[in-house]
Amino acid sequence: MISTKAKQTLKAFGAASVLALSMATGAAAGGHAKAKIGLITTLTGGGAGLGVDVRDGFMLAINQAGDGAGVEVVIEDDQRKPDVAVKLADEMIQSEKVDILTGIIWSNLALAVVPGAVAQGKFYLSPNAGPFQLAGKGCHENYFNVAWQNDNLHEAAGAYANEAGYKNSFILAPNYPAGQDALKGYKRMYGGDLAGELYTKLGQTDYAAEIAQIRASDADSVFFFLPGGMGISFLKQYADSGIDLPVVGPAFSFDQGILQAVGEAALGVKNTSQWNKDIDNAANKAFVETFQAEYGRLPSLYASQGFDTANLILSALAKADVKDADAFRAALKEADFDSVRGDFKFGNNNHPIQDIYVREVIKEGDVFTNKIIATGLTDHQDVHAKDCALQ
Amino acid sequence: MSVILLIEQVLNGLQFGVMLFLMAAGLTLIFGVMGLINLAHGSLYMVGAFAAAAVAGWTGSFLLALAASLAAAAAFGALIELTVIRRLYARDHLDQVLATFALILIFSEATRWTFGSFPLFLDTPDWLSGTVMLPGGIEYSLYRLTIIGIGLVVAVALFLLISKTRVGMRIRAGENDREMIGALGVDISILYTLVFALGAALAGLSGALVGAIQSVEVGMGEPVLILAFVVIVIGGIGSIKGALFGAILVGLTDTLGRTLLPVLFGTFMEASSATTIGSALASMLIYILMAGVLVFRPTGLFGSA
Repeated sequence: MISTKAKQTLKAFGAASVLALSMATGAAAGGHAKAKIGLITTLTGGGAGLGVDVRDGFMLAINQAGDGAGVEVVIEDDQRKPDVAVKLADEMIQSEKVDILTGIIWSNLALAVVPGAVAQGKFYLSPNAGPFQLAGKGCHENYFNVAWQNDNLHEAAGAYANEAGYKNSFILAPNYPAGQDALKGYKRMYGGDLAGELYTKLGQTDYAAEIAQIRASDADSVFFFLPGGMGISFLKQYADSGIDLPVVGPAFSFDQGILQAVGEAALGVKNTSQWNKDIDNAANKAFVETFQAEYGRLPSLYASQGFDTANLILSALAKADVKDADAFRAALKEADFDSVRGDFKFGNNNHPIQDIYVREVIKEGDVFTNKIIATGLTDHQDVHAKDCALQ
Repeated sequence: MSVILLIEQVLNGLQFGVMLFLMAAGLTLIFGVMGLINLAHGSLYMVGAFAAAAVAGWTGSFLLALAASLAAAAAFGALIELTVIRRLYARDHLDQVLATFALILIFSEATRWTFGSFPLFLDTPDWLSGTVMLPGGIEYSLYRLTIIGIGLVVAVALFLLISKTRVGMRIRAGENDREMIGALGVDISILYTLVFALGAALAGLSGALVGAIQSVEVGMGEPVLILAFVVIVIGGIGSIKGALFGAILVGLTDTLGRTLLPVLFGTFMEASSATTIGSALASMLIYILMAGVLVFRPTGLFGSA
C-alpha cells in the first residue's frame, strides 16, 4: 500500500502565514482552543485546484481572525476518494476530537461523510457540495451548506435563458447524478423547447461527436454542465468548430482557476454564480485584495465559499460555546457574518437563500476573469427545502 | 440523421482512433519486445502535453512545442527505463504493474509540484484553427484533419521502420526470441532503451496534439491509457498493424455509438430515457466489442498465438 498522506496540523494561534506543506505546530500562548475544526478536502490528484482554493480561502479568514479567535484547524487530503474521506472523518472525530468538520468538494464524498458525522453530534459545514439528498428529506440540524444546493446555479442559467429569449436550447451534461440534476435544474426554470439533450461519459475529453450534433441541430443556444477539465476540452473544441451559438452554463466551468487554461475560447460566455470578485461590498473588496496579496492569484468562487464558511464559524463562536450544541447551532443559523456575497441567510433546511448572478467572461489585461452583467435569481431558495422537516 | 453528419462523425471516429494509435503503438511495442506491462505510459502522455504547454507558453511556437513534447517524453522514457523499468523485465507481471503504478503516482505529484494544481493553457496555432470545407459541403475542423494526417504518417513511418530497417529487424527478432538475439551479439539493453524511448515519444506527441484541444492537467493520461490497453488487446498484443486497426475500430465504435445509439433507442422509446440508456450503453460499447473479439480471436485480431 502506497500512501503519501501528509499530515498537516496548522494552528491558527501562532502561525502567521499558512504554508500547505509545512508542519506548523504553532504554540498556543496559554489557554486552550475554543474550537477544533477538521478540514477534509482534495489537495492532490485531479481536482486538487478546487480543494486548494477552499483551503486557502478558509485559512485566510482564520488567520485574519488571529490568535484571539482560538481556533485550531486540522487539514487532511481526501484524494477525491470517498473511502479515504470517511476514514479521515472517523480519525478526526475519534482521535483528534474535532468539534466541526468541513472542506469536502465533491457530492459523492459529502454523502459518504456527512450523515455519519452529524449522527455523532458533530457539526458539518459544506463549503461546496450540496447534493439534494441532504437538502430535502435527509436534511439535518447539524448540517449547514454555506455554498449552494447543487441545482441552484443551473436553475439560474435556465432563468437567464428565458430572459435572453432563447427558444431552442441544446443541453448536455455528464451521465452521473450531479449531471442529471444539472439538466433537471435547467429545465425547471427554462421555458423554451429543447433542440437536443445529451448525456456524455463522465471524464470524457473529446466532444467532436456532440459538437457535430449541435451543428446539425437547429438550436439557438447551448447549455452545458461539464466541470473541471471536461469543460476546458468542450469549450476549446466548440470554439474551434466555428459554431457561434451563444453558450450558457454554471460557474464551475468558468471559475478563476480554469479560465486561463481555456483562453480566448471562453470570452463572452455567460455563466451563473452566487459570487464574483466585482460584487460591491466592503467584505468582498477586502477579501479579493487580501487573497491576492497572500497567495498571488485571484480568488475563485471556491475560495470565496471557503472564506465565508470560516467567517460563519467565527461569527458563531463569538456568540456561543461550541460545546453547547443548541446555542452554537442557533448562532450558526443566524448567519450573522459579513458574507462576501452580500446578503446571505439560511432557509429552513440550513441551505442558503441568496441571489444568483449572471456573469460574462472578459479579459482584464492578460487575465481572463468574469464580470457580473445581471441578477439571474433573487433571494433564491432550493426546491428541496419543502421536503425538509426542520423549521 | 443526415449523410453529412454521419460522414463528419466517421471523420471524428477516425481522428479519435488515430490519436489512440499513437498511444497504443508505444504500448504494444514495449509489451511485444520487452514483455513489459507499462502503466506509466499515460504519464508519458501527460509529460508530452505539459512540455508542449510550457514551451508554447515561452516561445509561442506550436512546432517547437511539438518538438519539445517528443524530446521530453523520450528523455523521461529513457530515464525511467534506465533507472526502474530495466530491473523489471525478469520479474512477473504483478511486480511490473506495482512498480509502474508507483511511477504514475510519482509523475503525477512531481508534475503538480512543478506546474501547480491548475490546468495549463495550450491552444491550436492560428494556422491550424478554424474549419475547412470538404467536398460535399462538410465543414470540418482543420486541426482534427491534421491529427488524422500526422497519425497516418506516423503509422507508415513505423511500418517502414519495423519492416525495412536494421533496427526494425532487431526489434522483430527481439519479439520472437530474446535469448537468441542476445546470443547473436546484439546489445539488447540499448535496443530496449531505444524501443522504450520511441514508445514514450509517440505517447508524448499524442499528449501534445490532444492537449491543444483538451485540457492539460495532472491525471489526463490514465483514461487514455485504459483505452490504449483495450486497443492492443483487440488488435493483438505486440502487433503494430493490430494497434492501428484496433485503434481505428475503437475510435469509430465509440464515436458512432455515442451518436447513433440514442437515436436508435429514440425510435421506440421516450426521448429522455432513450438519451440516458443510449449514452450509458454507448460508454460500454468498446468493452463489449473487446469481449466479442476475444471470444472469436483470443489473441486479438492480429495477435500470434
